[in-house]
Amino acid sequence: MKSFSYERASNAGQAAARAAEVPGAMFVAGGTNLLDLMKLEIETPRHLIDVNGLGLDKVEETEEGGLRLGALVSNTDLAADDRVRRDYPVLTRALVAGASGQLRNKATTAGNLLQRTRCPYFYDTAMPCNKRSPGEGCGALSEGAFSRQLGIIGTSDSCIATHPSDMAVALRVLDAVVETVTPSGATRRIPLEEFHQLPGDTPEKETALMDGELITSVVLPAPVGGKQAYYKARDRASYAFALVSVALIRQPDGSGRVALGGVAPKPWRRPEADAELPNGARAVMARLLDGARPTEENTFKITLAERTLASMLAEE
Amino acid sequence: MNLPIEFQLRRRTLLIGTAASAAALRFAQTAQAQTPVSKPAGAEKSAVTMTVNGETKTLELDHRTTLLDALREHLKLTGTKKGCDHGQCGACTVSVNGTRVNSCLSLAVMHEGDEVTTIEGLGTPDNLDPMQQAFVDHDGFQCGYCTPGQICSAKAVIDEIRAGVPSHVTSDLTSPIEMSGPEIRERMSGNICRCGAYSNIVEAITEVAGEQV
Repeated sequence: MKSFSYERASNAGQAAARAAEVPGAMFVAGGTNLLDLMKLEIETPRHLIDVNGLGLDKVEETEEGGLRLGALVSNTDLAADDRVRRDYPVLTRALVAGASGQLRNKATTAGNLLQRTRCPYFYDTAMPCNKRSPGEGCGALSEGAFSRQLGIIGTSDSCIATHPSDMAVALRVLDAVVETVTPSGATRRIPLEEFHQLPGDTPEKETALMDGELITSVVLPAPVGGKQAYYKARDRASYAFALVSVALIRQPDGSGRVALGGVAPKPWRRPEADAELPNGARAVMARLLDGARPTEENTFKITLAERTLASMLAEE
Repeated sequence: MNLPIEFQLRRRTLLIGTAASAAALRFAQTAQAQTPVSKPAGAEKSAVTMTVNGETKTLELDHRTTLLDALREHLKLTGTKKGCDHGQCGACTVSVNGTRVNSCLSLAVMHEGDEVTTIEGLGTPDNLDPMQQAFVDHDGFQCGYCTPGQICSAKAVIDEIRAGVPSHVTSDLTSPIEMSGPEIRERMSGNICRCGAYSNIVEAITEVAGEQV
């Protein structure tokens, strides 16, 4: 690990200003992904700004009837919140499908959104990776590469990594909005749909955040009701990343919303696919995965996504 | 490697030396591939004060020191084990302010004022914690390397179920959670046992959970 200096922030705006001003600065909250990457020297911050003292660890009701989730609320506390369990069960289901009990106790709402891909070529510093070292090439797209776990849609010739979060898939289907403070002290609201970026030619640029910008909270709109579910298909029953995951909200009239995890560089949802829900899983996936570019190793994800949704729809 | 001099040279220490040599080779390749980075903006060490097993400890630490290394290398509390050092195996599980965490994925300097409980703080050979006794009674280990983490995790699992924290296998999110085998298994998935003592571990936890109901 590269050595670094360290400070504790006590004000969100000042923390953002410091992050923009100090070369090589990064925020740290739970640290469960950042420390992992620092040990491998994939991340090499020269200055860490500890944001745990900012008091952003509460879940509060908004005037619009929704919830404001503090950036520092742990995944465990968010999953266990009575209001989330009652009104946004898809979010609790997604949270408890991810990581382990120990990790969920430390991992935060904002950190979960900002976690990096688990693509094996991003993690292996002996292999080329455009996300880790722009312009180096993509190991996952080389001959005979191990791409079973990787993306099938929204990917590019530079990068086929997936976003690993379960929580973000639920937030996407709930139309969540990310709230931030910029280094100049201004606040911004970024719909989750626009928060994560597709790789294109710049896979190193993963979010809409500007240099130093700090997430302060995530806002859920008023509850939409319906039957909510999250199903995660993976190689073992617990503590594994998704091959495919499906977040589903279904209303009594058959309409609803659907988003996928494990298939794209961001939580994957399309309004035209939502509109096909009354027509069944095949119709939904025909729209949702239109334009998919799987590798030979992960083309099974198209079938798996359709069958996962079909089994969820059949459960009612 | 900066081992405290009073540590005896044991087989395990030798193995650490071998692994470090291999790691150094790999990092040398990494350094070449990366562009030079700027220097740290300030001090690279800080003092941190925390309560460990009821005793107040103040340490002057390099910021890179994890909570795990602070416990093992600086406080000589070697009960907590380093397995993968990446949050995947659970051998380093300790309790911080009453919740279980992977001590390998947490910087010691971030624990100012925290209360840490390790396996050494749970019981002694003459006065075992009920969970330690249950692991002995049910043969909940073979080599024992993962056991301190398993026991710290197991105690927290019972607390988490009692507190109503839901899990992946909780069927109804709005009812009290049942203390069941499937709930215990799912919640212990962050603790890996290479010897495969899982079924005995579940029996040990189930016994303690039952006695405490």
